[in-house]
Amino acid sequence: MEKRLRRTALYIPGNNPTMIQNAGIFGADSIVLDLEDAVSIEEKDAARILLRNALRTIDYKNTEVVVRINPLSTPYGHEDLKVIAREKPDAIRLPKCESVEDVQEADKLLTKIEENIELKEGTIKLMPLIESAKGIFNVFEIARASQRVVALNFGAEDYTADIGAERTKEGKELLDIRARILLAARVAGIDALDSVFGDINDEKGLIEETKFIKQLGFNGKSIIHPCQIKPVHQIFTPSEDEIKYAQRVIAAIEEAKAKKSGVIALDGRMIDAPVASRARRILAFAKAAGLISVI
Amino acid sequence: MAINAVGREIPEEIKGVGELNPYQGAFKTVPTGNKMSPNISMQKRGETKVLNSLEEAIKKVGVRNGMTISFHHHLRNGDYVVAMVLDTLSNLGIKNITIAPTALFPAHKSIIKHIKSGVVTAIQGSVNGPIGRIASEGVFDVPVILRSHGGRARAIESGDLPIDVAFIAAPTADIYGNINGVKGPSACGSLGYIVADAMYADKVVAITDNLVDYPVAPISIPQIYVDYVVKVNKIGDPKGIVSGTLEITRDPLRLLIAERAASVIEASGLLRNGFSFQTGAGGISLAVAYHIRKIMKQHSIVGSFGSGGITAYFVRMLEEKLFRVLLDVQSFDIEAVKSLIRNPNHLEMSASFYANPHNKGCAVNNLDIIILGATQIDTDFNVNVNTESDGVLLHGIGGHMDTAAGAKLTIIVTPLLRGRIPIVVDKVITITTPGETIDVLVTERGIAVNPNRKDLLQRLKKTRLPLVNIEDLKKEAEKMTGKPEVPQFENKIIGLVEYRDGTIIDVIRQVRK
Amino acid sequence: MKDTAKIGQSGTLESSDILVMVQLSPDQNGIRIELESPSKKCFGSQILKTIKQTLHNLGIMNAYVKAQDRGALDCTINARVETAVKRALKFKEKGDV
Repeated sequence: MEKRLRRTALYIPGNNPTMIQNAGIFGADSIVLDLEDAVSIEEKDAARILLRNALRTIDYKNTEVVVRINPLSTPYGHEDLKVIAREKPDAIRLPKCESVEDVQEADKLLTKIEENIELKEGTIKLMPLIESAKGIFNVFEIARASQRVVALNFGAEDYTADIGAERTKEGKELLDIRARILLAARVAGIDALDSVFGDINDEKGLIEETKFIKQLGFNGKSIIHPCQIKPVHQIFTPSEDEIKYAQRVIAAIEEAKAKKSGVIALDGRMIDAPVASRARRILAFAKAAGLISVI
Repeated sequence: MAINAVGREIPEEIKGVGELNPYQGAFKTVPTGNKMSPNISMQKRGETKVLNSLEEAIKKVGVRNGMTISFHHHLRNGDYVVAMVLDTLSNLGIKNITIAPTALFPAHKSIIKHIKSGVVTAIQGSVNGPIGRIASEGVFDVPVILRSHGGRARAIESGDLPIDVAFIAAPTADIYGNINGVKGPSACGSLGYIVADAMYADKVVAITDNLVDYPVAPISIPQIYVDYVVKVNKIGDPKGIVSGTLEITRDPLRLLIAERAASVIEASGLLRNGFSFQTGAGGISLAVAYHIRKIMKQHSIVGSFGSGGITAYFVRMLEEKLFRVLLDVQSFDIEAVKSLIRNPNHLEMSASFYANPHNKGCAVNNLDIIILGATQIDTDFNVNVNTESDGVLLHGIGGHMDTAAGAKLTIIVTPLLRGRIPIVVDKVITITTPGETIDVLVTERGIAVNPNRKDLLQRLKKTRLPLVNIEDLKKEAEKMTGKPEVPQFENKIIGLVEYRDGTIIDVIRQVRK
Repeated sequence: MKDTAKIGQSGTLESSDILVMVQLSPDQNGIRIELESPSKKCFGSQILKTIKQTLHNLGIMNAYVKAQDRGALDCTINARVETAVKRALKFKEKGDV
């Protein structure tokens, strides 16, 4: 199976029928149907039922469908998971995830539901949202707490509030935290997805932040408005030179395989595993951007 | 009954209208004969054209029972003149009048009382809102004849629509009957839609709230066509006449559609030096213009003209030299009015110049691209802009069928659903614009190209744009909404949709209660 | 408290939503629905069917429903009715205590 790209994860308010209906049309790699922050306490019950029905009837085609439930520590979290998991979303985003136990609890509940609805165990993935000091402290364990965990998400707003930092646009206060999340994700072999950029009118700021987190190594970013999709995808689109080089790398590998040669070289340089995996990643981005049709 | 070229049953004759010619195809009618010739008249030296009251003017021009009178809609929702004239006719006890407005607005709903009292007994022209509704309920004995802007000019010039008296709301008029629309407290900009009426009506009365000395400059409608001038207190409410600057939509769904439409234009190969372009003032259309402007700037493209109803956005593009000329049949906002005064490359054009298929060449023939909306579009690409999904006649045609026929590339932009109502359907309730003149449908859930446009399809296949069959769009819509019930109609025909060449493309029937 | 009407409401008047008020009262005999919708001619009977089916599935036999539709799809109508009923039933529990 081809690895999923998660350049953009578009948050959709969970109690808004128009946005839920149209969530899949804007071209985000993932949509995150939100039962947590986007839904007021009075409407938790309504949004849960609305999303349940949407998952039953609306065809989101190839978009990865993720639901952010309320934390399992709140009165709504368990009910959210129980109702939503039965509709087989691709993944559950777990907010305020702070410990291995948080992930394992969700994991167990999902296993039970999967058994009930005769779904293969482990089908529904988990995406812990790290947004507190404690979460950062335990992030390495969280990333490896369950086979279901396929990505770590960073929530910068809540984190800075928790730690008492000042949130700035350039985000110096978050540098080591982002690096830590990324490292935890890479150790676990999963994706790392950056926090949202809150000002939808500041495209420049969004572009700068996205360039920066891409440099760090993040796989993508959560976003709050469809207008943020294009700028983020553009940054994750490799240049022509990068694509050409990656294609040559892959061709050299294929050639060596055909010749059953052990050592692979290109332009006098050895191609080792990291070079190959980088080339594959570049081609996957190029394909998603429509620049090439096959990898 | 005859079946016309788009498969609709057209009666051979309708009482009060006469024989009907069924639609044969968008470019099939070849006109013959001569244009209608208006009266010869004279004005002696020293005679005054200025009258003291509307009543006096009505008496002087001799409005009688059974006559046809016309109005323009350049004052849009701020117009006082239609009500003023009909109230006066009513007070004089005149009945059985046919009105031939260039369009009607919600502000004109006072017409309803004159319909109920028998002052107005027929309408030839666009109807909308409340008047369309009562027409759909069967209030008229004679069907409403709906025409496009170009078709209306054609009908007047050919004699199909003889007008006894044209009452022209004049934002500025001089004492000898020269008129312009750009000055005065009720300035509206272009007066393009009423030019044919001025030239061909038996009698012409200018009604103004800004009477000035002779001669006024500029002149849109010259003295040689105008019999009388009446000064009134106010011809309209400026707030309803021109809109404020229209904002580009912020709705992400509409923005997505606009972006895709712009990509279709870019891929079509038509966006090059000399490019000509028209859009409406609707949310998606304006957003398309936004993208086109960006692309033109990026590639230093200079277009030949922008046309139609002119907005501040097109004025800006003219001033940025992205277009050489604007052809303005109707000025939508105050920026367009101001530009028409000051910029010699911003030209006022008449409806005949704009879109009449039977003259020696109209502007739409030189149009590269038109962006249009739709109330419904069917899998044959036929478009309905007249009737709503419940079958009620609520909208006029505007320049829809004219620009679609003229432009090299006609793009329909619309969301796939409006509320729960699917826009793409098996058969549109009313055919306004034939599918043979529609090239592409752009929705948020895919782009459908008319299969007749193989060239365009080839070009678009080279892009990443999501191309789909129109049937699949219809299915996708119905998958979400369920299959809508088809509205039920009585037998009585309450409206005729006249194609721009004078043939009948469809009929509209009375809705069943 | 037992004999008073129990009311639950859900939804909004935003586009593609529906505002549903459900009243469960002892003197209501059967299901009575008052529907206001811009797509009444095309989908009126389908909307009524969806509301009735949802009530039936929830075991509600007697209710007055006021629905102000803004072009909602069936999945939304079903959700809003279900939420309104559940809220009304909760209202009832509170009343009984």
